[in-house]
Amino acid sequence: MSGTMQFDLVSPERSLASGQASSILIPGSDGDMVAMPDHAPVVTGLRPGIVAAEIDGGVQEYVVTGGFAQITKEGATVLADEALPKADATSEFLDVRIAAARESQGGSAGATADEAAKRVADLETLKGML
Amino acid sequence: MPSLKDLKTRIDSVKSTRKITQAMQMVAAAKLRRAEEAASAARPYAERFDAVLAGLAGGIGEDGPKLLKGTGSDQTWLLVVMTSERGLCGGFNSSIVRLAKAQAKKLVDDGKTVKILTVGKKGREQLRRDYGDHFVGHVDLSEVKRVGYTNAQDIASDIIGRFDAGEFDVAMIYFNKFESVISQVPQELQIIPAKIEASEDATVFDYEPGDEEILVELLPRGVATQILAALLENGASEQGARMSAMDNATRNAGEMIDKLTIQFNRTRQAVITNELIEIISGAEAL
Repeated sequence: MSGTMQFDLVSPERSLASGQASSILIPGSDGDMVAMPDHAPVVTGLRPGIVAAEIDGGVQEYVVTGGFAQITKEGATVLADEALPKADATSEFLDVRIAAARESQGGSAGATADEAAKRVADLETLKGML
Repeated sequence: MPSLKDLKTRIDSVKSTRKITQAMQMVAAAKLRRAEEAASAARPYAERFDAVLAGLAGGIGEDGPKLLKGTGSDQTWLLVVMTSERGLCGGFNSSIVRLAKAQAKKLVDDGKTVKILTVGKKGREQLRRDYGDHFVGHVDLSEVKRVGYTNAQDIASDIIGRFDAGEFDVAMIYFNKFESVISQVPQELQIIPAKIEASEDATVFDYEPGDEEILVELLPRGVATQILAALLENGASEQGARMSAMDNATRNAGEMIDKLTIQFNRTRQAVITNELIEIISGAEAL
């Protein structure tokens, strides 16, 4: 085991992080998971949350609002819908997303309404973590 | 023969035109750099996205989601024509429109139904005369300073909404791919049903929640990603096209000024010669 794996965090507009990490915490849609070198290949959806990568002993944290991640033996790639370093994330940034999620929750029914409600809850939890 | 005053006015007017085109060229050059950066910053996501999607779609059987497999028909086509909001950028808009028109004509000749969604008002103006009655919608980006993922998402959800409502079977996008400042190549790209090349990579992934659920999540994002890439390529191409168009205009204005100046000097000399002749012949007559 080499001890580190390639970590990439990209959003549609830019690439935020790229480097060797020893572990990466990913807020998967079915629950948090930590990717370490030689992890079994997985593709997972993301829920709004914090991606934390351990790079050179330090931890880099990024706020993501959704997307998905691909984990292979050699590395993990997080493809976020929107991502920014945790230090730059403000509660105003999340308030806008929460309002949008609430709006789509109001206009939907059945399973979509449940999903929208979950998104609102996830975003609010995330806001509490900032 | 124009008078000296006329020539002087014309020279001044061409000079101020040259100033304007020069300024526009410099503005376009600055914007081009930013647009190019934005386009290249978006590339890693698109590349990785395609890789994931290719791995995923390869394992899906016959009855996959409609966005991937299509509706089973190709009767109604939606052409999404992406052009600029502003003019003065050479053949930028015309080349996209020409390609879209050729495709529209071919489809109409084959008896297909063609619907057109325009992004950017310049293309809409050019298409209105021949294909005005095919328009189904328009996206106005004139108020948008920097095109971002949210704009692409809005367009994508509009298109997917129409697709889910059964308004069309196949969607194509038209845009200019940025090659260099002097070359932008009009492109057509099929976005629905998604064209995915099967991946060579044989890694078997676990999918959480399940592969179908992920695919359903991913495909709309794929449409948005492709539209974003097209918008950004278009943005860089527009600035590149404007830059070279304005460079040409500046050069032409310079040539025009030279020509007019020569004419002005000749006329001035002719006037002086005329005056001298008049004085001398007046003196001789005495």
